[in-house]
This record gives sequence, C-alpha cells and structure tokens, in this order.
Amino acid sequence: MNASVVTPIGAPVRRKEDHRFITGKGRYTDDLSRPGQAHAYFLRSPYAHARIRAIDTSAAIDMPGVVAVLTGKDLAQDGLGGLICGWMIHSKDGSPMNAGAHPALALDTVRYVGDHVAVIIAETLNAAKDAAAAVVVDYEILPAVADLAQAQAEGGPVIHDVAPRNTVFEWELGDKAGTEAAFARAAHVTAIDIVNNRLAPNPMEPRAAIGDYDAGDDAFTLWTTSQNPHVARLVLSAFVGLAPENKLRVIAPDVGGGFGSKIFIYAEETVCAWASKRVGRPVKWTCERGEAFLCDAHGRDHITRGELALDGEGRILGFRVKTTANMGAYLSTFSSCVPTYLYATLLSGQYAIPAIYCEVDAVYTNTAPVDAYRGAGRPEATFLVERIIDKAARELGMDPAEMRRRNFVTAFPHQTPVIMCYDAGDYGASLDKALALADYTGFPARKAEAERRGRLRGIGLSAYIEACGIAPSAAVGSLGAGVGLWESAEVRVNPTGNVEVLTGSHSHGQGHETTFAQLVSARLGIPIDQVSVVHGDTDKVQFGMGTYGSRSGAVGMSAIVKALDKVEAKAKKIAAHVLEASEGDIEFKDGRFTVAGTDRGLAFAEVALNAYVAHKFPTSEIEPGLKEGAFYDPSNFTFPAGCHVCELEVDPETGVTQIVNWVAVDDFGTVINPMIVEGQVHGGIAQGVGQALMERVAYDNDGQLVTGSYMDYQMPRAEDLPSFTLGLTETRCPSNPLGMKGCGEAGAIAAPPAVINALTDALGTQDISMPATPAKLWAVAQARVTRRAAE
Amino acid sequence: MSASPMSDFLPVTLTVNGTAVSRMVAPRTTLADFVRTDLQLTGTHTGCEMGACGACLVLMNGEPVHSCLVFAIQADGAAIETVEGLTERGAIEDLQRAFHERNALQCGFCTPGMLVTGHAILEKGGLPDREHIRDALSGNYCRCTGYEAIVDAIERALREREGCA
Repeated sequence: MNASVVTPIGAPVRRKEDHRFITGKGRYTDDLSRPGQAHAYFLRSPYAHARIRAIDTSAAIDMPGVVAVLTGKDLAQDGLGGLICGWMIHSKDGSPMNAGAHPALALDTVRYVGDHVAVIIAETLNAAKDAAAAVVVDYEILPAVADLAQAQAEGGPVIHDVAPRNTVFEWELGDKAGTEAAFARAAHVTAIDIVNNRLAPNPMEPRAAIGDYDAGDDAFTLWTTSQNPHVARLVLSAFVGLAPENKLRVIAPDVGGGFGSKIFIYAEETVCAWASKRVGRPVKWTCERGEAFLCDAHGRDHITRGELALDGEGRILGFRVKTTANMGAYLSTFSSCVPTYLYATLLSGQYAIPAIYCEVDAVYTNTAPVDAYRGAGRPEATFLVERIIDKAARELGMDPAEMRRRNFVTAFPHQTPVIMCYDAGDYGASLDKALALADYTGFPARKAEAERRGRLRGIGLSAYIEACGIAPSAAVGSLGAGVGLWESAEVRVNPTGNVEVLTGSHSHGQGHETTFAQLVSARLGIPIDQVSVVHGDTDKVQFGMGTYGSRSGAVGMSAIVKALDKVEAKAKKIAAHVLEASEGDIEFKDGRFTVAGTDRGLAFAEVALNAYVAHKFPTSEIEPGLKEGAFYDPSNFTFPAGCHVCELEVDPETGVTQIVNWVAVDDFGTVINPMIVEGQVHGGIAQGVGQALMERVAYDNDGQLVTGSYMDYQMPRAEDLPSFTLGLTETRCPSNPLGMKGCGEAGAIAAPPAVINALTDALGTQDISMPATPAKLWAVAQARVTRRAAE
Repeated sequence: MSASPMSDFLPVTLTVNGTAVSRMVAPRTTLADFVRTDLQLTGTHTGCEMGACGACLVLMNGEPVHSCLVFAIQADGAAIETVEGLTERGAIEDLQRAFHERNALQCGFCTPGMLVTGHAILEKGGLPDREHIRDALSGNYCRCTGYEAIVDAIERALREREGCA
C-alpha cells in the first residue's frame, strides 16, 4: 500500500503494517498453531492467601484427553528457578529490598486470587478446563490483607516471611534537612492526600504463548505476546534456567497492544515453554479476559501525602512527599523501579524547586503484582505535582496558569534535587500555546453560559514532564538496574539495494515498521517500500531491550542512525574505488554517491551491488558486503514536556462528566511522523481520562477481585471521549542524533490531573478522587447545592 | 484417551464467506472459536469472551453479532461473513482505505471488529453525525487510538459513499 517514494523526516507517511491488520491477516500469537499442539489451562487460587496442604491430580489425569497435570513440585523437580525482579532497591538503612520467592507454579502457598496452582495440558482447551475441575486442592485458608492502607499493620497477615510488616523497602530520595528548612521558612504550606487508583492495563489482545521443544536439537521456541522478547529469553535462560540462550528462541509476532503489561516475564509463558519438553508436544495457552484481570500486572496504586512549601509570592520553596506503593503479592519483573526511580525523580515537574524529599514504602498485599503501566511512576508523580500546585494556586487566590509560570524552570540544563538533569525545554511556550488554543481567557463566559443551562463547567491545566529515552546504562546501573538499557540495530543492505533493518525495539501498535523505515528511506534516499523492518525474533535480531518508556524513537532509532553512519562510511569507500576517486571526494546525497565537482556518480543500489560482487575494490582492504550493526547507549534521559488543558461540564442531576474540549501542546523534540505521534497522544489521553473518570481495580477485604470483567471495569468508549486539539512546540533533545524525546506516554501522564483539576474548578472543592465516577460527582454536586442553600 | 467421543459432537452446516461449510462441532464451541480454529479465519479476534469488546464481531445473515456469544451450532443454516470475506468481495475497500489514510488503527487487534461495525454503519446509509458514529461504535473497545481517527475514517467513508467527499 506504500507508494514507492522516498519519505522525508517529518512527513505523515501512512503505515506499512496496516495492510495485514485491515484485511484480517495479522499474525498474533493466538492465530498461530503448531503441529500436534496441546492446550494448557491454569488452575488458579480462589483464595487471596492460603497454604496448600495437598494437591490430588489423580482424577484429573484420568479425564478424557488429558495429557498432563503439573504442579510447582514438578517445576522444582526439573530444577527451574522462580521469576525475578530485575531492579534492586535499597532501603534508607542500606539494606537490600525484601524480595520473596516467586515460583511460576505455587509450591506450598498461594498469595493472591488467581495465583497459579497447577497447569492442565490436554488435547483440547475444553478437556483441560473439564479436568481442572477435577483437581482436588486442600487449602488451609490464611488471613489476607488486600487493603494497601492496612498492609503494614503490626500483627497483620505476613505474605512473605522475608518481609516483616509486608514491607519490601523503605526508600528515600532527596535532601531531608534542606526540605525541612524550606518548610521552616515557608509563608504558606499546601497539603494534599492522594490515592492514585489501581488500574488494569487491558491491551485488547490478551496474553498468549506457545512453547515448542524440539527434542532433535534440544532447543526451545517460545511464541509469546512480549514487548521485549530478548529480555524474556535472558530471564528464562539466566534466572529461570529453562535453557541456555542459544537453545531458546523467543518470537513475539504481532502483538495487540502492551502498555507495559507485556514487558514482564509471567508464570504462564514460562510454564508453557517448560511443559512442552515435559510432555513432548507444543503447548499453547491463551489468556481469557477474566484471567487477564486476575493476573496481568496492574498499574499505579499509591497512597500519598504531599506538602508544598511556598513563599509569600507563590514561589515553591520545598516539596515533601510520603508514598506507600502497592507491589501486590510478588515483585514483578520491573516493579521495584516504578515507585522509586521512575516516580520520585520526576517530582520536580516543570518547576524550579530548591529542595525535595520523598519517602516511599513498597508494600506486599494479597493482590495481583503491580508493575509498569503506560507512564509507570511518571503519571503518579505528575498527578501529585499538578494537583498540589493547582490546590496551592486556589489557596493563594492565584490563577493556576500564573502559579505555574512563576515556578517554571527557564534555564537549561537544569539540575533538579531528584537526580534528573533537564537538558532542553520551553515550558512557557507550551503553556502559552495551550492557553491560546483553549481560549483560556474566554472561559468565564463559557462557564456562565453553562451555568444558565444548569451545568457546572470547569477548566483544568496539567503541565507535565517525563523522563524517557530509557536509559543511560551506567546511570541506571548505579541506581540498581540489573540490565543495561541501550538498544541495538543492524542495517543489512541486500545486493540489489533494498534494506532490512533489524531492531531490538518491538512494535505492538507504535508503527515502527513505518517510522523506522521512513528514517532509513530519508537517510539512504531509497523508496520506503525498499526498506523492511525486522523485529521480535531472537533468532533474527541479536539482542535488544524492547519497547517501553517511550524509548524506541530516542534510543532504538538512534541505534539505527549509528548503523546507517557506518553503512554510509563503508559505501563511500567502495564508491571511491569503483569511481576511481579519493574517498574524501565522495559525497552522498539523495541516494547517490558522487565525486565532488563532477557528474560522475553511482546510485545507492549500484554501490550495494558492487559491495557484494566485490570485483572493483581490494578485498584485502575492504571486506565484501554491506551490513553494519550498532549498539547505542544514551548519555541522558530525554524530557518530553507539555501542557494539556481539559474543559468539561458536570451535570449535577446525574453526576455525569462530559469533556467538551481538550487541548494538548507537547514538545517531543524532533517528530519523525506526525501522524503516528498524533495517534500516540490520542491514545494516551484516552487512557488518562479512563484513570481519571472510570477505571479502578477493586478488591474486597478478603482479597477477592471485585472488578474482574468489562461489566465491572469501565474503560473509555467512543462516546465518552471528545475530539482533541493538538499542538506541538519543539526544542530538540541535545543528547541523541535525531533530537527526539518520545511521545508514547505523554497523554496518559498529562491527562489525569487535567481532568481532576477541571472537576475541582467546576465543583468548587478540592476533595475529588479518582476515578471521579458519576456517583461520586453527584454526591459532591448535591452537597454543593445544600451548602449554597444554607449560605 | 481422546478428548471426546464423536457422539459428543453435533453437525453444523452454514455458509462462511460465501462457501458452504459442514462440520461436526462440540456444542459449547462458540462461533468465534469455530471460525478461528476450525476454519482458520483468524481475522476475527476474541478479546473478552462476553460480548463487551467487539473484537469478535462478524456478520450473521447480514447483521453484526458477537461471535463469542453465539454457539457454532446456533449458526446452523446461517450465512456468516468475517473480515476476510468482506475484504475478498471488496465490500469494505473504501472503509479500509479510510482507516489506512486516517491512521485509524495502531495494534490492529480491535480493527476487524471496528470494520464490521463500520460496515454496518455504512450499510445503513445516510450521513449520521459524529455523535451518532461514536454512539454506534459504543460496542467496540479500542485501547490504542482514543477513537477520534476511527470516527474520522468512518465519517470519511460515509461521505464518499454519499458522493459528498
């Protein structure tokens, strides 16, 4: 469907991947089948906390079509290790975090509803499900704690023996004494209490896996819904001990959205791979939505107290934060870095804050594991910062826009008190543009007009910043990361001049097959249909860190640029020999190598052919072929930032919120494909609006999941959202060759405080929590009516 | 031991994408699983198994139905059309082009269901406003796009069909 044209950077090039998706020819994991495959079904704990006294599988094994029933004992017998958390956090006292064991199948204890008790493998899924009902598990039910606020109580249920008071770590960041001093001289202190609601990521494609063991080669292949197949292979090899990396191929084919939840190495995928050797057949598992609600890692779930110290003119002097973060029943793959280095490091927001001190307690509960979800820590930080500054403005009688402007960082680089060094930005520019597009000055008239219609209208700002381009390896290593966070690329030029780009990034909706090809097309001057992007297969791409944290542009494409630099350099050498000119005289432009000052030249494809034919240059000096690889490690994070404005109306009779206008002005640095960036922003805002107005994972006091389906967990539908007004400002990122910052999470980070700030404006109270459901808002609106009547 | 004796299966005869199909199926097999597994028409997706997300929409006798809520045996005698069939007979070529031009998809998983709903909107004819299009899409979840581009694409296809593009 792509035209055979060279695609410049900045053009809204239509997506190369669309054709297969709009014709039903996508290749998602559950679309695949292996000859002779059996089907897996997981028997899950119905209790939030219980000891397993015994598991009797004998009746299940005798059921029709059953191939095997396997438990944690079988897994342990084969010597497989547990699942890991790859980021070490140390407590204030220097002690390492208290990480409890995380077996893929429970050994003697289950710790949340949905925890994995056994796997039933059968000829059909129906047979496996039938047999699961015949497995007899003798549970000793233990007291459970699902409520984050109760989890650290003395004498309460202990979820892992290694973690007294269920406390994984008590961590801190920043300058405690300096912050106390700031509060001592403050003219005004604004305090806020926040619950950042627990969310279910809900990519539309549920997780799935096919494990396939080849006895002939003693090698495994795992097809799985992964955002980072190489990391999955590394963990399964180095930590779980499934097989050495050279005997384990992980393929992530088309993946239907991830939003973080498909980064992690889960029990089911691990078990499918292992069991395929155990039963001697491919083993396929596909998650049902109800299982996804139970077992996919959830996001957010913080309780926070924030205090802001201000001088008499509304300038911020200091910021003090205490957060309790729910980790669920086990530490998921990257869970520990989310409420720490991805959260507290962003507490300076867009503001020059002299002193910040943050304490975070990470806590086990008898709930599903909590890990990164779109934004991962940064939405939690932004929600806190943008809510408290809004509240401070109201308390001081200042305009919220002016309050922000007065505190903006205006000189770069800017070292915050919480590790990050902002490299470039213009926060005033994005605020100004957003206010203009939102007709901020015209709002009072619109509010008055709405009031005449009986509607409560509000406007809310959110001036967000995030740290993306994850991440400089040495920096994250010093903070506890178990892996480097560089990216790799390989550019293979074929003899006829078309190109395959192998990337360690993974596309699951982001359109890399287009954006990455667009870059190569622009750089090499060849039509985009002659560029193919290869990703998601550990046998094809040597290594990579995958896609999350808005990193694939800033890090993944920078690796491609490095590889392209090498391709161009070698091609120039070859062209010089073929054209019998000196290398220094060769110029490369618009897909042609020319001898400077002459009309002699070669097209890119001609040089490619010469590279492989290898007749016209000395192969003792230049190796034949044209293929180059690169690893790119960023020197800094990138700092996308911007300002979103939400304008909404609440119907006091029903409590229903209608978003009537949304303006998003973002600074993503260089934009390669504005069409794809627009889509990322739209989708991010939608998820942020979902968090603000609808979404909440709820457990009851016994740890039973109350929101286990789309009947109980509401996400935005088409009728719930407005059309969005988007604008861009641009300051180039100085730390990567393209000047890119990243755009994937901006909307999800910016949107929640914009919505809640607008609701507080509409309803005249700061006491509005997420999700701001119609029931909550109706009660607030009715109280307002009662209050007004009394006045 | 085999999974189930054949006596547990029931015959079903139907038309799928214009082709007559006869199979023996387990009574609890959904139409979604039947087209995906027995017929290998994997364009139809299952996202929630309860008729809430719309990824599994197919046409049954011309009307959109959640194929996860219909048993295959209930489709006996019916004419079923999936995204593959709509594509092959060119019935949604304009809609597909509009989705592509407007970037109305990202991960692509909800897209077949969106196209089936879009097709139903187009078949109804007329020029419904954007609010009506959004309302008509209320049975389809998309977690990627925020819907605006999907509404745009359907609106564009509507206008083209009405000759006012």
